[in-house]
Amino acid sequence: MTYTWTGTADTATDIDDVARLLTARGERIPHPDLDPWVRDVDADMLRMLYRDMTIVRRIDTEGVALQRQGQLGLWAPCQGQEGVQVGTARALRQDDFVFPSYREAGVLYVRGARPGDFTLTWRGEEHSSFDPYELNVATPQIIIGAQTLHAVGYAMGIQRDGDDQVAAAYFGDGATSQGDVNEAMVFASSFQAPVVFVCSNNQWAISEPVTVQGKFPIAGRAPGFGIPSLRIDGNDVLGSLAAMRWALDHARSGKGPAFIEAVTYRMGPHTTSDDPTRYRDKDEVERWRARDPLTRLEAHLRSIDAFDEDFARDVSEAADRFAADMRAACLASPSREPIGVLDHVYAEPHAGLDEQRAQFAAYLDGFGDDQEAKP
Amino acid sequence: MTSMTMAAAIGAGLRRAMKDDPRVLLMGEDIGRLGGVFRVTDGLLDEFGAARVIDTPLAESGIVGTAVGLAYRGFRPVVEIQFDGFVYPAFDQIVCQVAKLHYRTAGRVRMPVTIRIPWAGGVGAAEHHSESPEAYFVHTSGLRVVAVSDPQDAYMMLRQAIASDDPVVFFEPKRLYHRKGDVDLDADLADAAPMGLARVVREGTDVTLLTYGAQVLTAMDVAVAAEDDGVSMEVIDLRSLSPIDYRTIAGSVRKTGRVVVTHEAPREGGLAAEVIAGVTERCFDYLEAAPARVTGHDIPYPPAKLEKHHLPDLDRILDAVDRVLDRPNSLTGVER
Repeated sequence: MTYTWTGTADTATDIDDVARLLTARGERIPHPDLDPWVRDVDADMLRMLYRDMTIVRRIDTEGVALQRQGQLGLWAPCQGQEGVQVGTARALRQDDFVFPSYREAGVLYVRGARPGDFTLTWRGEEHSSFDPYELNVATPQIIIGAQTLHAVGYAMGIQRDGDDQVAAAYFGDGATSQGDVNEAMVFASSFQAPVVFVCSNNQWAISEPVTVQGKFPIAGRAPGFGIPSLRIDGNDVLGSLAAMRWALDHARSGKGPAFIEAVTYRMGPHTTSDDPTRYRDKDEVERWRARDPLTRLEAHLRSIDAFDEDFARDVSEAADRFAADMRAACLASPSREPIGVLDHVYAEPHAGLDEQRAQFAAYLDGFGDDQEAKP
Repeated sequence: MTSMTMAAAIGAGLRRAMKDDPRVLLMGEDIGRLGGVFRVTDGLLDEFGAARVIDTPLAESGIVGTAVGLAYRGFRPVVEIQFDGFVYPAFDQIVCQVAKLHYRTAGRVRMPVTIRIPWAGGVGAAEHHSESPEAYFVHTSGLRVVAVSDPQDAYMMLRQAIASDDPVVFFEPKRLYHRKGDVDLDADLADAAPMGLARVVREGTDVTLLTYGAQVLTAMDVAVAAEDDGVSMEVIDLRSLSPIDYRTIAGSVRKTGRVVVTHEAPREGGLAAEVIAGVTERCFDYLEAAPARVTGHDIPYPPAKLEKHHLPDLDRILDAVDRVLDRPNSLTGVER
């Protein structure tokens, strides 16, 4: 079988060449590959997915607000990507291990992150606000693509332990240009590691369209490494759940890695430092707004009579509560003592750093009790 | 005691560490069937199996990056970078991931990754096979960096590096791989000198000569030659490049008052600059002369036929010894 570039397989124009179970208008449509994986999904489960996505969107809104109010140094919005994040994360087992990028607020939420876990890193208080071994989530990665190798290594560890967990790597379309992502696929394939790659193709790597990263759909690359892939509608939370269940089952049952390209859209800026009006037009954003993951699930829930005003109010209140807790955790976070800047560089004593610590401590002691003057 | 080459001693250290701890595993290019291009891992595949002696794809970032994931999972990976000049593709994973994850996670994630690097020149190798990248790693907080210079020390220090909960960049001078020495294979780790200490390999009273790696042997030759000139050299093998053992160094300098530092790596921003700054801060009042450094030139590593002009040799170091003793030397009368 030969894979070649063709004019019809274009990563930019073929955004509807995807597997999905819910259309943009919320109609449930059949799909032979995805249907078997969601036969058990009932209205309650769909309502839970809706609740998750609503809370994640509220987390995102609050994050942007906190940044605009000067409480956070930066925020990386995920509005528009709730479908792939919640859908895939809900398919994971708690003992699976996730290696996320910095934009995966929805994955963190589903994994059980606390309100403060969303703000303290962006506030600059900590590099990672949670214990990776509590959530089974690695500290979110900023170097795009580096975490894909970590996930493969972790999966190789699972193999050696004879366990049936899966490692999942989340990354964006921009990361697929990185050597690390390609090396990760080589290693995963060569060692048949139980790892699932989840590429959220949100169309833009800061200002660069996905067409700069490749002229062929990203999911088309994985088969070249010997890794089966699915290209799905990332704004369809049900399809995302189904695809991830397929991928996880594939990896868990010893068949090796699997790859998902979730075609989605980042509705906001890359980060709060970015101005997307400089590089993309309003019409495009509006076209994607019509494919919104929340409104389409709401439409579907209404069509099966599973969405009423009580449910909507309950979900909205839960989201507001979470956001309020986020804000409270953010505002209440005390900055660490100055000497804390030297903590945790090494696990064991390091004479050079220990000497610097002693010198810095002596310097700080020179301020005596005058805490105000302390730097 | 068994007489063996340094390559064999390092292999024995790997074997011992793998026996002592089932979470230790090896990764690298050609380390399995071939036993490594220097045969350091010879026999380990047969002994421990492919799950623990992993022949990897030819991708250095992949090797180190997957080791990060294995460490997340609680393994203690020992990776072999086939040659010094091949470590650069893995630089991001080493300095941004391996070095930082403990700090980034406030100590919740440990990275007990040992990165073995066959290192430095003097073996007539092709381009990219004789680099001295140690300063890059010493400059990276979160890493420990060591360089070995004899079989017994290599055997013990490698086991210490693997047992350490911190990541260690472990430099193995290719020039010494085939040099033999006595190794006590039953030596207890608890009895070994800590990994962070320097070692006085020859005592003397007039000049302290500081170096590491294969240059330790050159330094010993210098000490013998200087003795004929009536100069008593104290030679110190730094062993640990991060941290640098200034306690041992300062003790020596306070005795001799004169310092020469030599290494193969280029001069600018190199370890000699760091060591001399550290010595000056601690021992300024004891110094009888400005410290001198004898290093590789600030050039890309030269072609093999020219490398003897790049590597600091006996005569260039003796010239620097003359400088710190205020004897006539090549820089006498030269404006600096």
